[in-house]
Formats: sequence, structure tokens, C-alpha cells
Amino acid sequence: MPEMGLVDVHHSAVKLEATNRGYERGLIELAERGADIIVMDADLAGSSGTSEFRKRFPDRFMDIGLCEQDMLGTAAGIALAGKCVYVTTHGMLAAGKAWDIIRSTICYGALNVNICGADAGLSAGGAGGSRQSLEDVAVMRTLPGMTVVVPADSLEAKKATIAASRIPGPVYLRFAAARVPIITTDITPFTVGKAEVYRRGDDVSILACGVVVYEAMKASRMLEDNGIGARVINCHTIKPLDRAIISRASVETGALVTVEEGASIGGLGGACAEALAQTGRATPLKIVAIDDRFGESGEHEELLNTFGLTARGISAAVREVISRKKDEQPQS
Amino acid sequence: MSPTPVELREVATVLRRDVLTMLLEAGSGHPGGSLSCVDILAVLYWHAMKVNPERPTWEDRDRLVLSKAHAAPALYAALARRGYFDVRELLTFRKLKSKLQGFPDMQKTPGIDASVGSPGQGLSIANGLAIAARRDRKNFRIYCLMGDGEAQEGQTWEAAMTAAHHGIDNVCAVIDRNHMMGDGNTEEIASLAPLGDKWKTFNWHVISVDGHDVEALSAAFNEASSTKGKPTVVIAKTVKGKGVPFMENRPEWHDRKLTEDLYEEAMRALA
Ligand SMILES: Cc1ncc(C[n+]2csc(CCOP(=O)(O)OP(=O)(O)O)c2C)c(N)n1
Repeated sequence: MPEMGLVDVHHSAVKLEATNRGYERGLIELAERGADIIVMDADLAGSSGTSEFRKRFPDRFMDIGLCEQDMLGTAAGIALAGKCVYVTTHGMLAAGKAWDIIRSTICYGALNVNICGADAGLSAGGAGGSRQSLEDVAVMRTLPGMTVVVPADSLEAKKATIAASRIPGPVYLRFAAARVPIITTDITPFTVGKAEVYRRGDDVSILACGVVVYEAMKASRMLEDNGIGARVINCHTIKPLDRAIISRASVETGALVTVEEGASIGGLGGACAEALAQTGRATPLKIVAIDDRFGESGEHEELLNTFGLTARGISAAVREVISRKKDEQPQS
Repeated sequence: MSPTPVELREVATVLRRDVLTMLLEAGSGHPGGSLSCVDILAVLYWHAMKVNPERPTWEDRDRLVLSKAHAAPALYAALARRGYFDVRELLTFRKLKSKLQGFPDMQKTPGIDASVGSPGQGLSIANGLAIAARRDRKNFRIYCLMGDGEAQEGQTWEAAMTAAHHGIDNVCAVIDRNHMMGDGNTEEIASLAPLGDKWKTFNWHVISVDGHDVEALSAAFNEASSTKGKPTVVIAKTVKGKGVPFMENRPEWHDRKLTEDLYEEAMRALA
């Protein structure tokens, strides 16, 4: 689909980069353009992706120390004074430790704070279950007025970072520490709230977000060789969800698979299930995600494999929903 | 029959070497903050704490809450050398399906008294254990090992108030005061000084020691045990990366990956 400007991941060598880096480049580009932004970090500049920004724009940067709650509260004050602020910490610390401050100060005041959850999903790898944030999308999504974006690669991460500066309310951006394939290019369209079809297909739709969009693309390609047309939709914005594209996918393909590097409860899968159930159409749906458990130590790729977040795992889920489609909707 | 200071120092060297080997094998993890608290752990597990490695869940044992959970390799090395599990397990640290997770998981590792991960949460857990012990008329002690960067977390001070208010004297907090955190020097990023005075005004008994002097540490833990009516904090002045010259006081060694060459150089320094 050349109009999307996607990298041909099946034929050319892919470049790898952490989406944390895209965040950093987005911040630098904003500052270079003269945007009046303030960037905060809580003793994670070395890993989260703000160290280069700190070097280039020291007067726009503040490292507040291991004070995530204070950081979110202080950011609220900075936003209250009319400034555009980005706060940076681990996904699980933003969504966990600072959640009440985000809820009761930032969201209650509809304040313009952009929250970066770095090292999210399984990308904290060896650090294991306590550091891997799988619940962040679910808990951020419940907050009134919160926008939630999970970029697929570092380029999309950069676009999302820049786009957040134009969104007046709070935004949660989720990034990963693991080096993952770059599948988009500068010309690939990206609009917050608008999902994009990355591969066409009429037998099933795969809705994915984050670094596993790449795996969905690979799965679709594998399935194509077996005569199954799997549409791939990059559903980078979990909230507001692009309900129209999901509804269309359910009508046109009759079966859905969601894929995310997070908890099976309340994330992209949950959001799609809510949207779908309310259309009144019975469409088989399979949520490929991490089912009611913590992550564990291991290399990022090993963990994706363990949890079935791979082209193979996705293909198996596709076959399952397609067979259910036949069972549940007998030919009339 | 407590080990002699010479023996304790030998234990500490063995643990430092184990930590480096684990980190090399794992390919990730935190060298600096693990090395800085090794002497503290050696004195705790070989001198101060009443434990029985054959019965890791013995009800009357003293407990350790590793609030600075990123120092897990140092604790795992201590547990293995103390006999809780096979030393060879150390090589599985941070690997898929390992007993030894990046951050301590009591459901997987014998000898871990509390699962921990997020800095700043340990002291509250220690207080809870102490309150339960008091109700059961048990006299075990709870040690909580914290980083100084961790003392920036608000929960640390909530817990400090709770412990003092309730006169919890079976908790001993130990602060690994290496003046470093993830991004650099604590006093440049979010200053903690005067740290001892802060704890004093929170009504804690404060003992300041050299955190690499095993005799001073032993004496401090003895003093803490005999201090009644209030909690004790041992502020242990340490060097981040202690024992490996190229790591000492270098902030990048908070979580930098070891190479084979650097590993060899570090092991030579610890021969
Ligand atoms: C709540 C929380 N904040 C931050 C981190 C990331 N982190 C882990 S250790 C650390 C620095 C800790 O500094 P300190 O307590 O002084 O430890 P030390 O210098 O002894 O290693 C940071 C920022 C985290 N895992 N959880």
C-alpha cells in the first residue's frame, strides 16, 4: 500500500530503534521550532530518552528526582500557568504511582499535561514483572478527558509527541525501551484518533497498537500466502477510539483480532470489545494480550514469544476467529 | 559464633565477584548500587540477622526488605552463599523462567522476605511486619535497606512518621548513602542533606557509619537492637560501585552493561 508510505518490511532490511528515542526527537524538534515547552523527568533521563534534550535545552528541562507524584503535581501547576509540559517516567510509575494525581489534579482540572510512559509493555525485559507496565493503557483510558496513544515505532512516536503539543487536555503517550522495527516513514499519515489501514484484506481484521503492529503485518503476510486476507489496522489511539473503522472492519471482514503488548483486561482489546458490543452485531473477537498475570524477566523477543505476541501467535488467533465466524454465522 | 571482621570482608569480596558475574551473564542490571550495599548485606546475613537458610519461611526469623530492589544481584549472591539455594542458580539472573527475577519475587526465590520493585515502598512493608510481630508477641527484627535516592520518594517519609509515631523499635532502616542516584549526584538533583537531621526530627534514633567498615556496621546493628521505644536508621556512608575502580562514583555505572574486557578488569581489582 504505497500511499501509506510504509516500509516494505517483507523485502527490505528493517531498521531498529526504541520508541523512547522517537519521544526524545519529538521534544527536540518542538524546542528547535521555538515551542514553549518544559520537559520533566524523575531520575530516568539516562534511559527514558530525555538526556539529549537536557543537554541541548537545559533551561527547558528539570530532573525532579525520584519524586514521580511530586512531578505530576508540579507539572499540573506549570500547565495551570498556561505552559505546555511533558513529564517523563516509567509507564508503570505514571499509571500506577502517580495515577491519583493524574486523576484528581490533572484530569479533574482538564490540564494540558503530556505524560510519557517510557520503557512500557514488556520492553523492560530483564527487569521483570515489577517494572514491566502492562496495565497502564487500561487505567489511563478510564480517566475523563485523557487521550491515550501507543505508537508503533520510533517515527510514529515522534509524530505523536509533536501532536500532543496541540491537544489541549492531558495525553498519555506510551513508549518502549526495546529496539523494534521502524515500519513507517515520514510521509505515513498520523492523526490522533484516526486508525489507519496498513494492509488490505476481507476475511478478518487485525487491530494492533504499539510495537506489535509489525508482528501483525508479518502475520497478515503469512496468511496471505495461505489464501487468507487479513486486514491490518494500526489502532495507535486507544482513546478516543476510532469506532468507525472498527465498525467497518466488523461489517466488511466479519471477524476481529486485537493485538497489544499489555494486559488483556481493559486495553485495546477491551476498548474494541466495548465498541463492538454496542454496535449490536455479533462478530467473533479474539484478544491477543497478556492474560491476568505479571510479566517476567527475559529478553523482549523471548517475552513476545512467551505471550504469543508474534506473527505465529497472531496467525493462530486469526484462524480461530475465522473458524468461529463459520460456526457462529451459518450461511443463510 | 559470629564471623570475624576478616571473614566478613572475605564474604563481601566473594559477593562482589558474584554480582559482577551475574551482571555480565545477564547483560543488564545495576552494578553501582549493588556493589555499594554488599558490605551491609554481608554484615546483616552473616552477623546481625537471626536466620536459618534451611528454613527460609521460619516464623521467628529476622526479615530483610530490600527496598532498593534494583540491588537484587547483591541480595541473591548473599542468599546463595548463605545456603538458601545453589550458587549456580546465580547465572540464571534475569533470564527467562529464572528463579532470580530482575527485582525480587518472594514467590520464586527462597529467602526473599518481601516482593519489591518500585523504590520507596519498602519501609511501609517493614512497619507492617513489625506491627504484626508486636501483636503476635514475636521479637524478630526487620531490616529495610534503602537507597538515598529512594529517600526522595514521599512514601519514605510517610513510613518514617508511622514508625516513629507507633514506637516501632524492631525496624531498622539502613540507608545506602552513596550520594548517587540514576541520573547523577543526589545533592545536585534533589538534595537530601542534612539527611541525619531529617530522620532525627522525625523522631528516629540515627546512627551514622562507614558503610564499608564491617566492624562499624556490626556495632551499629547491635546498637539498633538495643535501642527501645523508637525506630533506628543506620546511615551508611558508601561509595557507589565500591571495589571496582572504574565504577566508583561514576553515575553511568548505575545501569550500564558490562563487557567481557571490563569484567576481567573488575575481577582483577577484586582478586
Ligand atoms: C518509583 C521508581 N522510581 C524510579 C525507578 C527507576 N530507578 C530505579 S533505581 C533508581 C535510582 C535509585 O537511586 P538510589 O536509591 O540512590 O539507589 P543507588 O544509588 O544506591 O543505586 C531509579 C531512578 C523505579 N524503578 N521506580
